[in-house]
Amino acid sequence: MNTSKQLEVQIKDMVLKNPVMTASGTFGYGYDFEDFINLDSLGGIVVKATTIKERMGNPYPRMAETPSGMLNTVGLQNKGVDYFCDNIYQKIKDKNTNVVVNVSGSTLEEYVEVASKINTLENIPAIELNVSCPNVKEGGMAFGTNKDMTFKVVSAVRKAYDKTLIVKLSPNVTNIVEIAKAAEDAGADSLSMINTLLGMAVDSEKRQPLLSTITGGLSGAAVKPVALRCVWQVAKQTKLPIIGIGGIMNAQDAIEFILVGATAIEVGTANFINPSITEEIVKGMEDYLQRHNIKHISEIRGVI
Amino acid sequence: MKYCKDFIVVKNETITPTLYILRLQYPETLPEIKPGQFVEILVEGEKDVFLRRPISIHDVDKENNQIALLVQVVGKGTSQLSKLKEGDKLNLIFPLGNGFTVMGKRVLLVGGGCGAAPLLYLLRVLKQQNIKSDILIGCKDINHLFSKKEYQELSNLHVTTEDGSFGEKGFVTAHPILNEDFDVIYCCGPTPMMKAISQYAKQRNIPCYVSLEHKMACGIGVCLCCVAETNQGNKRTCVTGPIFLTSDLKDF
Repeated sequence: MNTSKQLEVQIKDMVLKNPVMTASGTFGYGYDFEDFINLDSLGGIVVKATTIKERMGNPYPRMAETPSGMLNTVGLQNKGVDYFCDNIYQKIKDKNTNVVVNVSGSTLEEYVEVASKINTLENIPAIELNVSCPNVKEGGMAFGTNKDMTFKVVSAVRKAYDKTLIVKLSPNVTNIVEIAKAAEDAGADSLSMINTLLGMAVDSEKRQPLLSTITGGLSGAAVKPVALRCVWQVAKQTKLPIIGIGGIMNAQDAIEFILVGATAIEVGTANFINPSITEEIVKGMEDYLQRHNIKHISEIRGVI
Repeated sequence: MKYCKDFIVVKNETITPTLYILRLQYPETLPEIKPGQFVEILVEGEKDVFLRRPISIHDVDKENNQIALLVQVVGKGTSQLSKLKEGDKLNLIFPLGNGFTVMGKRVLLVGGGCGAAPLLYLLRVLKQQNIKSDILIGCKDINHLFSKKEYQELSNLHVTTEDGSFGEKGFVTAHPILNEDFDVIYCCGPTPMMKAISQYAKQRNIPCYVSLEHKMACGIGVCLCCVAETNQGNKRTCVTGPIFLTSDLKDF
């Protein structure tokens, strides 16, 4: 293992041994991947979205493959924050990596309540506030597509949560910089972007939509150009460290996000195709620095 | 324990122009594989295929560290798999899913079309455990009846064909073997067939296991896309299934 600190980065108080994290909803709670990789080799893992009460999620079918990507409409299926605190936390709290909890809700109060509960967990250094899920009827993306709502929910959670607060932004907006600034003004420590793009797929033979909810969230290689553009725009306009997400399939993609201003990255859909891709990306980023004779990853951050 | 490793194609046998049996060599000792489990295949060389393809395990040859997969061509991914040649490499995540619960003294296996794929390896395991079995296969015609010789060696084979070219003419649901007594029924095939067999089993109070084929992305339990509606809520077909007891499933 490479013990040099050339890939070490920091998101507020959270130190990551490398910029490679996993995107919420694509990595379970981490332990599902232990047959394939050593979780300790990652900068961090972001676990499945957690809500105040158990959610059954949306009906099947929840997935459709699309060119260079996929649509999903899982709808935040999870057992609720108490189950997370009492059961799942015990299984992951001693991992030698940053375990970040993705927090979601239908109302402002729910976000605050979940964040407060996670705040009591010693070994969770950060939360990622999910104001951008496109697959729920109430809350979710409704908060992250309006700057006043974003300001309100981030301000309220900020008061209840005193560790590193990351806000995950939606690309389904006219002006992402406006939303990013609202989150920054409300006290966010970092921004992660992008959540999935609202999309749709149709079966022409059956003359039906392919997803039970008709629309869903697009992820995978197809969304990378949109994600790079969002990170680049926001990096120029805010001071907050950014976690780049969207279609990262390999180390080269990860480096591209760093070049447009990201401090760290999250790997999502690629985990479904290659369960050891995150470790491979860490190695690939080390190789890149060596090949270009770069002493530390921060030297190339935001050079575009 | 799950693995993500390369296999080598040793044979690609054409059954019909849309049905193939791929025999794959594992370069190491095969881990324990349960009947009813499946693999997630990385399809290479087809730009429109983004995700892996879940395929059930048709047969396992422990002695030679080989597995067999039945591939029905339904789209671009499976079409690409049908073109594989001897010596080609294939990356698999395996073994996935829960597998069949092997039980009873006399059991009935019912398979429909290419959905019957996981039943061959189940027959091998049943035979090893000295469990008596009958297998009822329903297919379009005699050309679509694969692995017939193996079924006959391992079990009592009964067949229905839609055109009457082999066995009884008609559907499995009308076959007289269903009137005999069994401790458990294992069924894989088209959903309407599985539902019909499940109804029959329910009437006779026989536990019935089915293998669900739900669209999935990861295959390892993290994406939550492949859920089946059970009496205990939405369960992941790739982890809790693909084999379910029909009394646990809503809609069955």
